Amino acid sequence: MILEMKNIRKSFGSLQVLRDISLCVDSGEAVSIIGPSGSGKSTLLRCATFLERVDGGEIRYLGRAACTGEGEYASTNELRELRRAFGLVFQSFNRFPHYSVLKNITEAPMLVQKRDKEEVLETAMGLLRKMGLESKRNAYPCQLSGGQQQRVAIARALCMKPDILFFDEPTSALDPELTGEVLKVIKQLAEENMTMVIVTHEMPFARAVSDRVIFMDGGVIVEQGEPEQVFGQPTQERTKQFLRNYER
Amino acid sequence: MSFSTMLSTMAAGMLRTCAIFFLTLLGSLPLGLGIMLLRRSKNRLVSSLTRVFIAVIRGTPLMLQLLVWYFGPYYLFGASIKGWRFPAILVAFIVNYAAYFAEIYRGGVESIGVGQYEAAEVLGYSRSQTFLKIILPQVIKRILPSITNEFITLVKDTSMAFTLAYQEVFSLAKQISASQTSFMPFVIAGVFYFIANYAVAFAMERCEKALSYYN
Ligand SMILES: Nc1ncnc2c1ncn2[C@@H]1O[C@H](COP(=O)(O)OP(=O)(O)O)[C@@H](O)[C@H]1O
Ligand SMILES: [Mg+2]
Repeated sequence: MILEMKNIRKSFGSLQVLRDISLCVDSGEAVSIIGPSGSGKSTLLRCATFLERVDGGEIRYLGRAACTGEGEYASTNELRELRRAFGLVFQSFNRFPHYSVLKNITEAPMLVQKRDKEEVLETAMGLLRKMGLESKRNAYPCQLSGGQQQRVAIARALCMKPDILFFDEPTSALDPELTGEVLKVIKQLAEENMTMVIVTHEMPFARAVSDRVIFMDGGVIVEQGEPEQVFGQPTQERTKQFLRNYER
Repeated sequence: MSFSTMLSTMAAGMLRTCAIFFLTLLGSLPLGLGIMLLRRSKNRLVSSLTRVFIAVIRGTPLMLQLLVWYFGPYYLFGASIKGWRFPAILVAFIVNYAAYFAEIYRGGVESIGVGQYEAAEVLGYSRSQTFLKIILPQVIKRILPSITNEFITLVKDTSMAFTLAYQEVFSLAKQISASQTSFMPFVIAGVFYFIANYAVAFAMERCEKALSYYN
């Protein structure tokens, strides 16, 4: 098991955003999370990546505890180690504007993971080739389209060699004609059995790439299962209602 | 006194003016960074005290601060102030400008979106790595125009060292003008300040150009 999240609770003030959510992800699995906006999808990913602290519940990566019980977190050092297990691709890219494409991708592996420069450069160039951005390695993010910037962000996360990669609506900030190129890259990762959790509103995409689909609403998992089941024969009324908005 | 004697006498003052300028920057640019960090401290007491300090420095005339730093040790502790003139001038300028720089830095730091911090955090950057590698370079680019303004003000503010009878360009111009009943020293001083500021503006523009490879 790469990721185990159990009975996660999270509130912002009096607003309970996650109510007893559990999410386990196996190696090689691609999990999509769908649901209306405000249902707590981003918050779930932010808790999984330690950007938010949970109020209660357990988080484990590769069996090692990041957080147990009533939100008791492991030591700073242990959390730093555990961060190596995951990567996160943001909706708004968050690329570093003052770095070239290549430096965006290579700095963290060299600076944080202290990996060998040659090896990192080679890995980075391989990823850029895969993303179709080889010729852009010396460009700056502002010279790239949104779709290219998001592919840089994906390469940046992958160069850290994470065990699991989280995507928070990776195409929501893109013009419709640019979403395809990013989805194609994610699809390719799924085919290579990269372990992924993808929050998305692209239903046909979720149906095509995921091994499991989770429908979230109001801070709980309403329904989950294989894509054909969740999209084809949803059992819950709320799921049906939500999916109806995406037909046409 | 011939024009060339006047010029060479004032050249020493120009050097002293330049010394105040560069030493002030050398001290206040980093000190401002420290003050900004205190100002942004999570410790309420530290950040409030720093805010008061900045308010006092920015809310009182630099000329008054010069007098306080110079005569303060004598009036407060009865200390001898022999040889304290130039150090007092530097302390006054550095502290004063650091307060302004701190606020400029703070505006710059607060203009950087939270996404940059979060991206760095997930990638495992430590807090200091995030600040030095990711935040600070972007801050510098954003605040450069405001920094240029401060630099130009500083060139002119150096003339306030005149308050403590320090022999920089402005003091000398006044003295020579009085003794020679000539207007020329003021013209020379004016041209000097103008050229100095022109050079500062030129250099800063080059810096801005050098950082214009991204937005
Ligand atoms: N930092 C925060 N402070 C207060 N409320 C928040 C914060 N982050 C999210 N929320 C609230 O939590 C709820 C769930 O948000 P989010 O997880 O972003 O939902 P989703 O990603 O599914 O659209 C929303 O009502 C949102 O306003
Ligand atoms: Mg969201």
